[in-house]
Amino acid sequence: MVTQKSPYPYWFVLPAAIVFSVLFLAPTFASFWFSLTRWDLFSAVFIGLENYRQFLREPFLIQGTVNTLIYAITTSATKSVLGLLLAVLLTSGIWAQGFLRTIVFFPVLVSTIGIGITFAVLMHPTNGMINVALSAIGLPGPGWLTDPSLALYSVILVDLWKGVGLATLIYIAGLATISQDYYEAARIDGATRTQMFFRVTVPLVRPATVTVVTLSLIGGLRSFDLIWAMTRGGPGFSSDVLASVIYKQYQAGFYGLSTAGNVILFLLIALIILPLTAWFNRREVDL
Amino acid sequence: MRMTARTILAALLAGLLASAAHADVTLTILADTNPETISFLDVLTKAYSEKRPDISFDIENRAGGAEGDNIVKTRLATGEMADIFQYNTGSLFKALKPENTLADLSGLQNAGNISENFKPVVSAADGSVRGVPFGPAMGGGIFYNRKIYAELGLQVPKTWADFIANSEKAKAAGKVGIAQTYGDTWTSQLFVLADFYNVKAAAPSFAKDFTENKAKFATTPAAAKGFERLEQTGKAGLFNADFGAAKFDDGMRMVATGEAAHYPMLTFGIGNVAQNYPDNLADLGFFAQPGDDAAKNGLTVWMPSALYSPSSAENGEEAKKFLDWVASKEACELMAKAVPSGPYLIKDCQLPADVPQAVKDMLPYFEAEGGTAPALEFLSPVKGPALEQITVEVGSGIRPAVEAVALYDQDVEKQAKQLGLPNW
Amino acid sequence: MTRRQLSTGIVSLALASIIFILPFVFILLTAAKTRQDASRLTFTWPVEWQLWENFLQVLETRNYLLLLAYFNSTVITVFAVTLLVLFGAMVGYVLQRRPSRWNKVIYGFVLAGLMIPPAVVPTIWVLQSIGLFKTITGMIFIQVAYGLAFSVLLFRSFIATIPRDLDEAALIDGATPLQIFFRVILPLLKPVTVTVIVVQSITIFNDFTNPLYYLPGRENVTVQFTLYNFQGQFQTQFNLLFMNILLVTIPPLIVYIFFNRQIVAGMTAGAVKG
Repeated sequence: MVTQKSPYPYWFVLPAAIVFSVLFLAPTFASFWFSLTRWDLFSAVFIGLENYRQFLREPFLIQGTVNTLIYAITTSATKSVLGLLLAVLLTSGIWAQGFLRTIVFFPVLVSTIGIGITFAVLMHPTNGMINVALSAIGLPGPGWLTDPSLALYSVILVDLWKGVGLATLIYIAGLATISQDYYEAARIDGATRTQMFFRVTVPLVRPATVTVVTLSLIGGLRSFDLIWAMTRGGPGFSSDVLASVIYKQYQAGFYGLSTAGNVILFLLIALIILPLTAWFNRREVDL
Repeated sequence: MRMTARTILAALLAGLLASAAHADVTLTILADTNPETISFLDVLTKAYSEKRPDISFDIENRAGGAEGDNIVKTRLATGEMADIFQYNTGSLFKALKPENTLADLSGLQNAGNISENFKPVVSAADGSVRGVPFGPAMGGGIFYNRKIYAELGLQVPKTWADFIANSEKAKAAGKVGIAQTYGDTWTSQLFVLADFYNVKAAAPSFAKDFTENKAKFATTPAAAKGFERLEQTGKAGLFNADFGAAKFDDGMRMVATGEAAHYPMLTFGIGNVAQNYPDNLADLGFFAQPGDDAAKNGLTVWMPSALYSPSSAENGEEAKKFLDWVASKEACELMAKAVPSGPYLIKDCQLPADVPQAVKDMLPYFEAEGGTAPALEFLSPVKGPALEQITVEVGSGIRPAVEAVALYDQDVEKQAKQLGLPNW
Repeated sequence: MTRRQLSTGIVSLALASIIFILPFVFILLTAAKTRQDASRLTFTWPVEWQLWENFLQVLETRNYLLLLAYFNSTVITVFAVTLLVLFGAMVGYVLQRRPSRWNKVIYGFVLAGLMIPPAVVPTIWVLQSIGLFKTITGMIFIQVAYGLAFSVLLFRSFIATIPRDLDEAALIDGATPLQIFFRVILPLLKPVTVTVIVVQSITIFNDFTNPLYYLPGRENVTVQFTLYNFQGQFQTQFNLLFMNILLVTIPPLIVYIFFNRQIVAGMTAGAVKG
């Protein structure tokens, strides 16, 4: 009976689908309706597209969008490159390899709140450790989080510090699936280390690259926790990203407006991610 | 071995839970985590459990600020609120739809004890009282360091110009003229919000006109002045070097220990100094934010938060009995003894004899006729949520005051529309 | 080990120490300070070491709340991660192996799960209507729903590297779909399974926002909440706050150290498999 059906039955998907539909999809669809209302949680008044109009008039929307793109592109690009390099380094049999892997991954273990508090302290303009160290060697330290032109980049640095360990781990798992035979063959053909990296490692670690880029790009576009913990979008509005603009509407009790913002953010992410994944999938080779 | 470890842990936890739940009725309370809130609840629940041994309390903490607003609203809207909860009064209270969600407390025996000044900020649209005061009234003004004032021979300023002159002199003497702490963004609003006594003196109908969309900050010179004053202090370089990163705690430390001459803040800061720098409490003085006219000097006042009970409360009757007791003179004086940082709002409730110096400085404003005015947020439901970011920009010199005022009017308009107010 | 491997290792270790370890030294030092010493937030040696006293104080706070929090968070994490691995691998497997129109729809939902921020209040209504609000069970399912997309994505891309010949060989041997999946595929997914376990258990253990909304109540406290509780309760007590940060970081660290070896083991398995 079973053998006549596909060996990949759709009921495999069922348990996951039930949990996901009930607890995620249904509430999400319900919230789309609320984006068309003035909603204070106690009652909702239908106001058509007014929330969308209001959100698109948000004074810091353009700056927030630019910041979101800077944040997402910088972090995902850096994480994939650094992550791959670190993964190669940490699987090359160097001294203290296991210990180094743990160190690089360690920041991933700590909660964002903890990291936010710690770095806000370390980046303090006058008595933070970083600026104290800089002034000890005669350099004037900048206001990492208080200079409006710098705050976003300081948060990006911390995001990389926190997130590169995860990218490295995914790449290490990816490198693990590459057969040593490929390297043997390349070595016999007289390939150099650099050639092996670009001709063997990079193409064969592609599934990991797709995962790292997709996850960190979506993560970057939606990123909120760390920015909120470190700068709350400030000073002023200078490090606001879309997610923090939306959250501020939510905080202010403008639930319909913030839901409209979420829909807009979702559309923006979809606009970037869907073509990207389509491109990734087209190039996917089945082994 | 794993089984044993788990068994031990389970037994330990069962013991913990059992020890917390032996009384007949357990009243749940949801409150924020300010040190004052914790000490109030501590003295109140202890005293009440002694009177009523069959009642025990389970206190659950929540965030303060806007995050706390969301928790309170979410739990009320989903019918999952604790038996009693602590929350703001005034416009935030009104956003809870009290007519539908909160128990009516007008019938309480002690409801008559509640100050007439306080009743409006916890009354539903139908005029019924829904909350009992939880803490003292607060002043919004300027803390100053009495030692610096004595050393430099300065007088408490009655006009804004005198205040700036004092700050300049303190700066010339090597002190920080005015402490600012934008690491906690909300602290940046003080010069604007605490200026409201002066706004009201110059434009008495501003609160009403503002709510009805007839007056704006940009078109009312007296209202825009708060922003201009903030800009002026920032441009004059009177702030501490780390003003962008310093926090509320730092601000109170600076003004209490004499690193800074001034720190604009609400008087609940007194509790912070009493806890962290008790030796410096005597050096901490307080005055109202001065305006242009020395003859019209007065204090902008904030009402304390209140305790409420949701209409859906599981132990509604016991919760009301407890709230009734909280509105008594006896309970109030327990709170006044724990935190003597301002006048309480229950009839005949006395502060202890030896209050901190800053409280002594504040009380005369309350005693003088017309010496106080409520802050704008108790007179109007309209307040833009981005004010604290805008004032950070003005204080830091990122945005000129003129533009900031216009931006704030825009922010206000969004909020009024979201509230569905008429005329907007 | 070659000379080159040794010297690269030493240089890397020195760099990593500065970049990755120094901030933790700061946390540790602050956690060992007295309250006043810690409130200055400087990178200095403690005037007086109070590591043990601070540890006890954090532990005893609010009637050993931290122990209850450890228990709750561990239960949530273990069950949610188990389900996430099973569900994620099964969906990823069908998704990768059986290209069809449905496949695209499912993939669209997976991406939507990653891209759309959850709607809090409607979710509470759903949980209330099925009687799972304020329950550990409800929290476990919420974490599964929110973590699925990530797990599916990860499993799907790695299942692509497992040759189809293996399934077909098993199929010819008369294995049922369940047998193929559990006996053939799942064991080969060890490296990615370990990755999912490590990442999801850290995310769920460190989650703060979701328990805040879906799991209120003192008896339901989770570890991140103790941290947060603490921050408000002792506004200036950075020593205790940082001690708490240290304490709640230990369980994820144990998970990682344990599974780190499995990743190494997985690597050799991968080498044989190819």
